[in-house]
Amino acid sequence: MATPILKLKNICKSFGPIDVLNDISLDICPGEVLCLLGDNGAGKSTLIKTLSGVYRPNSGTMEMEGQPVEFTGPRDASTRGIATVHQFGGTFPLMSIGRSFFVGVEPTKGWGPFKIFDRQKANAVAIKAIQDFGITRIDDGDRLVGGLSGGERQSLAIARAVHFGAKVLILDEPTAALGVKQATHVLRIVNEAKRRGLAVVFITHQVMHAMAVGDHFAVLIRGAIAADFRKGEKTREEITDLMAGGETMAELEAQIDGYIATHDGHAPQLSGAAG
Amino acid sequence: MNSKTASQPIAMVQTPITSPAASFSVGGLFRRPEAGAFLGLFGVFVFFLVFGSLEFLKPAGAASWLNVAANLGIVAFPIGLLMIAGELDISIGSMIPAGSMTVAIISGYYGLPIWIGIAASLGLGVFVGLVNGFLVVRTNVPSLIVTLGTLFAVAGLVLGLSVLLTGTTSVALKAPELAKFFFGQFVANTFQVIIFWWLALTALYIYVIHYSPYGNWIFAMGGDRVSARNAGIPTAKLTIALFVLSSTSAAFVGMCQAILFNSAQVSAGMSFIFNSIISVVVGGVLLTGGFGSIVGIFFGTITFAVVNQGIYFTSFDRNWSSLIIGVMLLLAVLMNNTFRSMALSYSPKKK
Repeated sequence: MATPILKLKNICKSFGPIDVLNDISLDICPGEVLCLLGDNGAGKSTLIKTLSGVYRPNSGTMEMEGQPVEFTGPRDASTRGIATVHQFGGTFPLMSIGRSFFVGVEPTKGWGPFKIFDRQKANAVAIKAIQDFGITRIDDGDRLVGGLSGGERQSLAIARAVHFGAKVLILDEPTAALGVKQATHVLRIVNEAKRRGLAVVFITHQVMHAMAVGDHFAVLIRGAIAADFRKGEKTREEITDLMAGGETMAELEAQIDGYIATHDGHAPQLSGAAG
Repeated sequence: MNSKTASQPIAMVQTPITSPAASFSVGGLFRRPEAGAFLGLFGVFVFFLVFGSLEFLKPAGAASWLNVAANLGIVAFPIGLLMIAGELDISIGSMIPAGSMTVAIISGYYGLPIWIGIAASLGLGVFVGLVNGFLVVRTNVPSLIVTLGTLFAVAGLVLGLSVLLTGTTSVALKAPELAKFFFGQFVANTFQVIIFWWLALTALYIYVIHYSPYGNWIFAMGGDRVSARNAGIPTAKLTIALFVLSSTSAAFVGMCQAILFNSAQVSAGMSFIFNSIISVVVGGVLLTGGFGSIVGIFFGTITFAVVNQGIYFTSFDRNWSSLIIGVMLLLAVLMNNTFRSMALSYSPKKK
């Protein structure tokens, strides 16, 4: 196991009286995919917002490459090499691929005050970056980002982060809104990023997707790490049970089946729904 | 980061890319934001040539709509940029009379040098723009509401101060020759000099928005503000700058009008609010931000001015012109939607 690039030690975060993260310690290593699993409200997004500099932890420390760090904001985190890609890619639907790829760091040509945006160079670099990730269908940098499929947009955003020197790639539910085929594309790109030696934090609640790419898994329940294990140490059923908050899915299913059998095929009603 | 992009082996990459600049295609023109505006302009020209007369293209006729287009256009550009960035500024409706009253009161009523009046007028524009910008950025109140507030506040302030200081709502201004030459002369007796300001500003805006890197920032901000900020774009500063630009442009137009007509009135300019929004939308700018072009706004402004003035060259009653503007706006928006979806679904390869 490589030395961790980012190390969390006893991170706690609360909003007013509500504790959202409780004593989180995690190692994030280069060339590995850390899958962060958890049900809605388990604190996944708070944790990644802490990692990407949006929130500051109330207590606990973060170390990056052995040095203690404190991010002043998302910009600070991203200049240190932590890139976050959100569910819809965080790209601009009505801009061309080349232009959106270089937002904020536009390549220019010309001199003095007459510098102009170098469209051809921007397009060429963007297309090369994304084709290197195996998406060869994109070959015109003037196309609008909104015309790409969801998976292609994710891939573009990941390619962008990697191109600009990200060391830690945080993917916030990249496959949640995608179909089966698109999701496979994104998973392949996650593997490619890992192969290039990036540390990937992959947030999902689809256990199948996590198991396909993950090396290291952490399950969050109510803001605390309920389980921390390596690839192959737990079966899919065990992971699903953990995510459901410790109750076993099998038990739950048996309960529902039993209920349906005794109530003429009707599923159990929520107590509030009847009244 | 720049060094990294520079070190990319570009020559090797370029092989699979068909150079888009070299190939000309009709389809490519239709996917541009200004396609609808251009067709709309063509349409109204044909309409008024058929129902009106050729008079409308002769110098005297052309001056009538060019004068309207120039005054409107100088305000429409920054309004369009704000719209591309996802904001709106309607306080320009009272900034135009505020600009003319300021120069008229300072240089006309009190007799101070014209340059002080001009500076004060533009300075007021900068100030109101800063107020708008800071309020929008700091409070996150929608800019429509913020500028609705400043629209009324400035209108009230101008009316109140004019009556308090001069005892009237209309002030005469006698500008010296040099100021007249730059801001308020009739070239060839019919063309307002502001037309040249408008054309020069068009060229400047085209350069800044479509060729310099800053244009990219505005489009990115309108597309996705949070992503733009994360990408390192100073969104707050840029928003404030755009509001300053629109207020100052409005003050500039008001100041030019005062010098041209040798007087300023408290109530003139409210029509600019809707007219500039119509020009911008007809010009292909997306109301929710992220899409549009300067050339489109330019065409949109001319289209509006032609419809507004062209009615005088036909045998129709003047009262019908609003109907034509309304129908034109709806047609333009529908056309722009079609072109935008064409642009979105465009893919170079055949499936």
